[in-house]
Amino acid sequence: MSILHVYAYLVAGWLLLGGAFGIARSRNLIHAVVCLSIAQSGTYVLLIAIGYQSGASPPVFGGSTPPDVAAHSAVVDPVVQAMTLTDVVVAATVTALLLALAVQVAKRHGTLDPDELTSLRG
Amino acid sequence: MALSVPVAVLAPLAIGAPILGACLLLTVGRRVPRRLVDGTAVAVAALVLALDVLLLVRSAGDPAGHLATWIGGWGPGSPALGIALVADPFAAGAAVIAAALTVAALVYTWHYLDSAEAHFHALLLLFLAGMTGFVLSGDLFDMFVFFELMGAVAYALTGFRVEEPTSVQGALAFGVVNSFGAYVTLTGIGVLYAQTGQLGLAPLAVALQGRPPGAVVVGGFVLVVTGFCVKAALVPFHFWLDDAHAVAPTPVCVLFSGIMVELGLYGVFRVTTVVFGPVLPHADLQRTFLVLGTLTALLGAVLCFLQRHLKRLLAYSTIAHVGLFTIAFGTLDPAGTAGAALYVAGHAATKSALFLVAGSILDRYGSVDEIDLHGAGRRARVLPWLMLLGGFALAGLPPFGSGLGKAVSEEAVAEAGAPWAPALFVLVSAVTGAAVLRAACRIYFGLGSRPDKDTAPLDTKGSEEAEVKGLLKRVPATMLGPLVVLLAGGLVLGVLPGVPQAFAEAADHFLDRAGYLASAFGTAAAPAAPSPASGWTTSGVVLGLVSSALAALLALAALYRDRLPGPSAVGRRIGDAVVARLRGLHSGHIGDYITWLLVGVALLGALVGLPLLAG
Repeated sequence: MSILHVYAYLVAGWLLLGGAFGIARSRNLIHAVVCLSIAQSGTYVLLIAIGYQSGASPPVFGGSTPPDVAAHSAVVDPVVQAMTLTDVVVAATVTALLLALAVQVAKRHGTLDPDELTSLRG
Repeated sequence: MALSVPVAVLAPLAIGAPILGACLLLTVGRRVPRRLVDGTAVAVAALVLALDVLLLVRSAGDPAGHLATWIGGWGPGSPALGIALVADPFAAGAAVIAAALTVAALVYTWHYLDSAEAHFHALLLLFLAGMTGFVLSGDLFDMFVFFELMGAVAYALTGFRVEEPTSVQGALAFGVVNSFGAYVTLTGIGVLYAQTGQLGLAPLAVALQGRPPGAVVVGGFVLVVTGFCVKAALVPFHFWLDDAHAVAPTPVCVLFSGIMVELGLYGVFRVTTVVFGPVLPHADLQRTFLVLGTLTALLGAVLCFLQRHLKRLLAYSTIAHVGLFTIAFGTLDPAGTAGAALYVAGHAATKSALFLVAGSILDRYGSVDEIDLHGAGRRARVLPWLMLLGGFALAGLPPFGSGLGKAVSEEAVAEAGAPWAPALFVLVSAVTGAAVLRAACRIYFGLGSRPDKDTAPLDTKGSEEAEVKGLLKRVPATMLGPLVVLLAGGLVLGVLPGVPQAFAEAADHFLDRAGYLASAFGTAAAPAAPSPASGWTTSGVVLGLVSSALAALLALAALYRDRLPGPSAVGRRIGDAVVARLRGLHSGHIGDYITWLLVGVALLGALVGLPLLAG
């Protein structure tokens, strides 16, 4: 495992925890939703890093690639890339929905500061 | 002959049909009359219910108890590329409950939510698709995807009444906390994939088998389970639940409390039994679930009793009961699992009916605040008795299904090494039942001294916009019907003679890891050795009666508190301080909730990891 590889895992963990810290300390709901996306970016980095091999090519073979070449060339893991794409789609949906809710909170409460939203207590 | 439809058609159809129905409603729903929209949605949900029942019958009738199919025909092989759908009686049974509650919610919506256009129905159907997919999936990443589908639809449903300030606030907190939990789960899936190169539950289980329980396995377990614990609202992951339930439309609450929260537990225990069961020491897992469950049950019961907002009260009662389910499932033995499943089914019927009562109170009297509504429903004739019945069922009155589940669970837990468990079960179910009885007596019978309206200015009050235009003059049959059917269903579950036997067999299959692996790899398996079923016993009936009587006494004590001799001044001050601190934790603040979630991850890690370090 190279330094680069360890570095990618560190970045992934940093993004996940940094996102959580951002939500915990947030003074603005839009900021909180963006922090949630940052936490999720940590999962993209993690997944891509898991499938990465240094020196390998993308998992794409044209029709002209001879089968024996295709079988012997090193490629990065396509499964995690598919997972990451799915994850991106999930993120887009959730972020859009939460931002829409944040807009509605701003309209109905006149504030986006979680400290001032006190109508759901106890 | 319907019974001969292959599983390869049944399982994908049960997930696909509601998605197609939702698309249909979204495209043409605006141009057709409301009646047609209602009818189509109910028909689609009923179709899914029929498919799920068929799956349940087929899987229960199968000697191995597991039916697997592979999406797109990519079967299990080497390399294993296929994604499996596995139906066992538990998965199919959970899908049946989800579909049945969706039908009830849709029928209830018939007259309800005048503003609900076709997209409300479409969302409910998508929600059903997410839940069905989650339980049938035999693949960890698919579970995550369906989990997020279920989640995203649930946020939209919670914030459905976008004009309500609390509604959008609760939905946003729900969304942030749940999605963060899901990303933690995804991180865990990534960690496990990096170690094993597998995503399917069965291949993953084989790959982890025989490994020493090191940091990666413990970390993977804690991270994967975190998201499911958030959904299951285990303390300290539970904070979103009461806010979301308090603000969501009534039919949505039915689905949330009745099945969605319990599906979180399904996720936890499916992953635990199939993947981690042989890797992590059983005693550590049992202790973890016992601790989490006990905390959850006690906190939920205390906060339930303190509420005046009806839906919030019911939401905390759900938290309390989820704690009890966790304790029972956490025994990881057939008797406890069977009892917990029975309890979940009985609770689903009872709690859904009670939410429907709360919804009809809101639409009839314009509030769900127990204190503001004191004596408001004196002229009602049917609902008061149904609500009382529901309260007693929640407390575990024989012969309700929830009572039977409680009886079987408490005996199993006591035998599994926690002899104090029956006392906890009796206490928690009595307190939650008492809260419902107290509310029913206040609202419908005007009992109790008229309390000061502003006793606790910081509480969430039950002032909420009714969900219909203008208040109802009387409760229509489409609202009353599902309610009566659900309560009756809860009763039938406890009375029908074959029920304990069926649940015991289902629990055997659920715990039969070898059978699960065999079916997911497409090989034949030896049937699991059957374990004895336990139904009503004398002690179970007696304890059920005790908790019902205790519930009634507690409710009366709460109603006539001013006539009882009060505690000493010091005792009162300490009690008030503790209560204020507990309620202060539930601040509705997103930042606090995320912090608690991280605390919960650390707690889980400590509970599972520290004994391994020490041993």
